[in-house]
Amino acid sequence: MLISGWGRYPKIKADIYSSEKHEKIADYLRNNHCIARGLGRSYGDSALYSKIFSSKRLNCLLAFNAETGILHCESGITLYDIVHSFVPRGWFLGVTPGTQWVTIGGAIASDVHGKNHHRVGCFSEFVHSLQLVLPNGEIINCNREQNSELFHATCGGMGLTGIILSAQIQLIPIQSAYIEQTTYKTNSLEETIELFEKYSNVSYSVAWLDCTQTENRGVLILGEHAQNQPYDFLKTKTYSIPFAIPAMLNRYTATWFNKFYYQMHRNEAKQTIYLIDYFYPLDRISNWNLLYGKNGFLQYQCVIPESNAKNALQKIMHKINSSSHKPFLAVLKLLGTENANYLSFPLKGYTLALDFKYSQELLPFLNELDHIVQEHGGRIYLTKDACMSQSFFEASYAKLETFKALREKIAATAHINSLQSQRLGLDR
Amino acid sequence: MNILILGANADIGYALAKCFAQDKHTMVLASRDMQLLEKHAADLNLRYGTTVKAIYFDALDFKSHAQFYNSLDYKPDIVVAAFGYTENDADRSFEEQRKIIDSNFTGAVSILNIVANDFEARQQGCIVGISSVAGCRGRKSNGIYGSAKAAFTHYLSALRQRLSSSNVYVLTVLPGFVATKMTASMQIPAALNSTPKRVAADIYRGIQRKRNIIYTPWYWRWVMMIITHLPENVFKKIQI
Repeated sequence: MLISGWGRYPKIKADIYSSEKHEKIADYLRNNHCIARGLGRSYGDSALYSKIFSSKRLNCLLAFNAETGILHCESGITLYDIVHSFVPRGWFLGVTPGTQWVTIGGAIASDVHGKNHHRVGCFSEFVHSLQLVLPNGEIINCNREQNSELFHATCGGMGLTGIILSAQIQLIPIQSAYIEQTTYKTNSLEETIELFEKYSNVSYSVAWLDCTQTENRGVLILGEHAQNQPYDFLKTKTYSIPFAIPAMLNRYTATWFNKFYYQMHRNEAKQTIYLIDYFYPLDRISNWNLLYGKNGFLQYQCVIPESNAKNALQKIMHKINSSSHKPFLAVLKLLGTENANYLSFPLKGYTLALDFKYSQELLPFLNELDHIVQEHGGRIYLTKDACMSQSFFEASYAKLETFKALREKIAATAHINSLQSQRLGLDR
Repeated sequence: MNILILGANADIGYALAKCFAQDKHTMVLASRDMQLLEKHAADLNLRYGTTVKAIYFDALDFKSHAQFYNSLDYKPDIVVAAFGYTENDADRSFEEQRKIIDSNFTGAVSILNIVANDFEARQQGCIVGISSVAGCRGRKSNGIYGSAKAAFTHYLSALRQRLSSSNVYVLTVLPGFVATKMTASMQIPAALNSTPKRVAADIYRGIQRKRNIIYTPWYWRWVMMIITHLPENVFKKIQI
């Protein structure tokens, strides 16, 4: 069947296999070159290959310790499952990306980050251990003490070390299902960055930026878990796009949308909003990627070290201003220190994520953005990447050789591949 | 309400269990693979805060059925027969074919007779039998499975008539193609393939509304109406 990542670019034909039985999974991996796939929410080609193991049948919660908050679950469990089962009981994820439609396996393989990375780090910070099937069919337990190299390779390793079967995740206690949100409107990129610094001890922060105008206005959205509010779970209405709507999102609607978004917010506005609305606003439209039409889109997400951030971001904005490629959505987040995982994306600085409608001319343009990022010591997030060059990748991930050596050791190099690993030279 | 799901490891059976668990019904899951069943029970209990139990049940072990039913902690109000088996290869051995017949029909008759007698005596209850549209007309590609399901549908109809004066409801469920582990090796066009979740939601609604026969998804009623009315001379030549 024809399959793609969330950006719907590229698309390939693949055979998909799924099972909940560990022996069958080990057997499948032993006998097939393949890549693991969760819900396919990585944007590019990280979960694409001619043979795919789907974790959809590994969908059980296994055990939960209500004293410690440690949840043992299979890798196909989604963040949606966890949020809906545990928020009403006073537990939440320590780190969550902007959508609930991500599997635990995917969250680990991408070592996802959220609006609180500057405070608590990546998803793997809340992973106690994971159970992995290796290319030779062996099932092992990995954590920071046992098989630690494999642990650091698997977290952020884009599925290239094996198939994750299950994991022990640490949930955090919360006092309600609500977030106290404060928004600040800014008139420039500099102002947005200043406010990020000023509010760096707030638990959650994220900024939307307007890239359609020369002055990059923004809205900074801060959040703290609310006390004294209910845990009650409200069913939020979701909308579904029926099919790939051609040309729905283009530079004109992008300009209009960004104007509207800025106007919609009030400066210094405080609101108590439902947790789902704060963390997962895009989940309201269940397949919003179809709005980009049949050719799909690419999300460009980079991180720039804090010393160079303002400079690099200004250059990127300038480049966008003078081009015809207008990102529909631009999101800025503050990131904290790099962790010990070999391919984990975040480092101390700012991460910018830009959604671009796909076109032939887009790829060379993104290449130009790569140059800016590279010259300022930054790198690209593999989970969003669909077109980075091998040379840029090799130059920007310092622990790459360690990762490659480990893959070689467990015979994964020739056995577990994705279109992304092939493109980035990880399979040689 | 107390629910008993026979064949709770089957994808549809398990999806239906989730519907019941969401509404906090007391439930017993029964199947052969206890390891998987216990995992499923634990998952339901963690998700929904229920106290679902897992017990062993083998549809093919007819002699064990009476003891199985009598040893339940409490008599159920709703029993779902969700177990089934098929191999879609036309030239199977007779042993294999017999297994298909027994898993889908004889085994169901064996346990549901016991349930029916109990419900009749208690003057209450609901029996749900998951049959298939494959039983509506015999096709060469799944003739044995289809025959067994046809027999099962027929049996449920007779049961419905027998129990209607005893305040007991019998629901016949006729799914079309569903993407489950049973059909994983079959090539089914995506547009015709439903999901266990969708089928379970239809069944759950059918139970609540005390329906007699439901097709899931709904359009199979009309598809099968056309198929069953085709003249035999025409049907025998079609490549399906």
